[in-house]
Amino acid sequence: MDLMTILQICDSALRLATPLLFACLAGLFSERSGIFDIGLEGKILASAFLSASVAAMSGSVWIGLLGGVAGSVFLALLHGVASITFRGNQLISGVAINFLASGTTVVIGENWFGLGGRTPQLSGGARFQDITLPGAVTDNDALREASAPVQVYSELMSGHTILVYVGLLAVLGSWWLLYRTRFGLRLRAVGENPESVDTAGVSVIRMRYSAVLICGLLCGLAGTYLATGLSAGFVKEMSAGRGFIALAALIFSKWRPGYALMACLLFGLLEAIGNRYQNIEIGGFEVPVQLMQAMPYILTVVILAGIVGKAIPPRAGGEPYVKER
Amino acid sequence: MTLMQKFLGAGAALALSTTAALAEPGLIIDLGGKFDKSFNEAAYGGAVRWMEETGGTYIETELQSEAQREQNMRKMAERGANPIVVLGFANASTIEKVAPDYPDTKFAIIDVNWLDIPNVRQIAFSEHEGSYLVGMMAAMASESGTVSFVGGMDIPLISRFACGYVQGVKAVNPDATVIQNMTGTTPAAWNDPVKGGEITRTQISQGSDVVYAAAGGTGVGVLQAAADAGILSIGVDSNQNYMHPGQVLTSMTKHVDNATYETFKNGVEGFEAGVVIMDLSTDGIGYAVDEHNASLVSDEMTAAVEEAKAKIIAGEIVVHNYTTDDNCPVE
Repeated sequence: MDLMTILQICDSALRLATPLLFACLAGLFSERSGIFDIGLEGKILASAFLSASVAAMSGSVWIGLLGGVAGSVFLALLHGVASITFRGNQLISGVAINFLASGTTVVIGENWFGLGGRTPQLSGGARFQDITLPGAVTDNDALREASAPVQVYSELMSGHTILVYVGLLAVLGSWWLLYRTRFGLRLRAVGENPESVDTAGVSVIRMRYSAVLICGLLCGLAGTYLATGLSAGFVKEMSAGRGFIALAALIFSKWRPGYALMACLLFGLLEAIGNRYQNIEIGGFEVPVQLMQAMPYILTVVILAGIVGKAIPPRAGGEPYVKER
Repeated sequence: MTLMQKFLGAGAALALSTTAALAEPGLIIDLGGKFDKSFNEAAYGGAVRWMEETGGTYIETELQSEAQREQNMRKMAERGANPIVVLGFANASTIEKVAPDYPDTKFAIIDVNWLDIPNVRQIAFSEHEGSYLVGMMAAMASESGTVSFVGGMDIPLISRFACGYVQGVKAVNPDATVIQNMTGTTPAAWNDPVKGGEITRTQISQGSDVVYAAAGGTGVGVLQAAADAGILSIGVDSNQNYMHPGQVLTSMTKHVDNATYETFKNGVEGFEAGVVIMDLSTDGIGYAVDEHNASLVSDEMTAAVEEAKAKIIAGEIVVHNYTTDDNCPVE
């Protein structure tokens, strides 16, 4: 296995990790504020659908992005109203959002486009195009001959859509917001001990709503990347469980942005390896393709079973805040 | 009282005769979706052609999950649809259970040839022969000497496509490399264009410059990724040349539409049970050339492929069928 092969796998891993990363950060904000959110999957799906539909109709992916984010934020607010204002059960609200998104996207899609829930194929300005960074070698043969740093730069760093770079910046941004700002401190406190925040004169309700809104925004980016970056249009159930993998990554990362990046990259890497090597021979023993493709899920189970140390969720998570009895 | 009985009797007779006259054919769309631009859509196209020509109507349902197969098939028979067209090998065990319970209903199942039930017509296609032809074209169009294959669900049927394709490639260029990948091991693999696209990008990075997709709705992502990267792709089942004009080399057409159309047209009266093989000689299988890919297909290519086609029909070239021994002689 030469460097180029490794780089190609990492390149693929980065692409596959990006939707997970957005969703994982979305869950991180929500859960850090004490709102459990298993509706990530539904929000991704809704934003994938709306971004593709709006992009198909307007011809501009940026307007599509707005549409996707709007759809996701709407569902996030729905979750917020149910679980913050009406103090409902957060898990049930999340499940409801997943079902709602799974059904309505197909029904509305069929009504709008008559393609069985699909959106038309997007092309040109209706999709996020790959960005070639300045100085990157694009020709495959020339790249094979190039020196190692050039290969890393051209293959791994260059040639992604803008949302991949936004995703990486979002990790940094999340870290800064959570650990270096007053807002972040309060957000974390709301998830651990809302009474103390309330005593300090900060509105718990308001903090939690802002967290849920950020969650909607990030899920919107995840869905938009899926429909207009990775592929060219929406198909039913295209999120394919990524919202749940992101939740697993969130627990794996113990609700920290930096670890979240690593967890998502690990899941992306496993999927990329599964795509590339359908049969790997290790010491004369052939690992079957089924095992490779099941790896991300097996790993999820192993992680959730607590192999990777104890993951303690925010203490006030899942509990609606009642100011006084 | 007697008058009443007469009326009731007449009413019942009328009701019976209308049901008989209204026996509509039925079509059960398989997983992957009606508009997969491939397998299911071909069947739907055949049904539409029948409707336009006869002015008749048909009953259609679409499966949403694996668990609905039996329930859906029984429901269709109980609604009086006759004959009923069922798509895909995955329905074989279900039809084995359901068809004997409705001896007066005629069933036709696509991609199956091993059942023995008096009211079931089994229509199997020789996909390996068509895949052989497009494999030849892929090898002739390839400049890098590396071509690739993306399959849908990992099942013997799809391996038959793959094996025929590899044989065709090797027939033209014995030194060619063929990269093969399957999308997944569950029916979800028929409808995962994101993963299909990612697999294609991986294959392109390994040097492939012609990719053949036999993956239902997943193929949409494969063709898209190929077009994005500026390499050629080969569609499957339906003619998919129009999806990216000038970038789809050809499509391996599997005339599920004709099979559906014929079954509908023959109706209950013209129904014949047994196994029907649709292959190159009956034009059940073929490769598509139209205005969208005419510039990509050279005269040399056409000549070679037509020659091979004639030889396969004459039996001079035998394309190995993967499903006969679950083994492929070439890699």
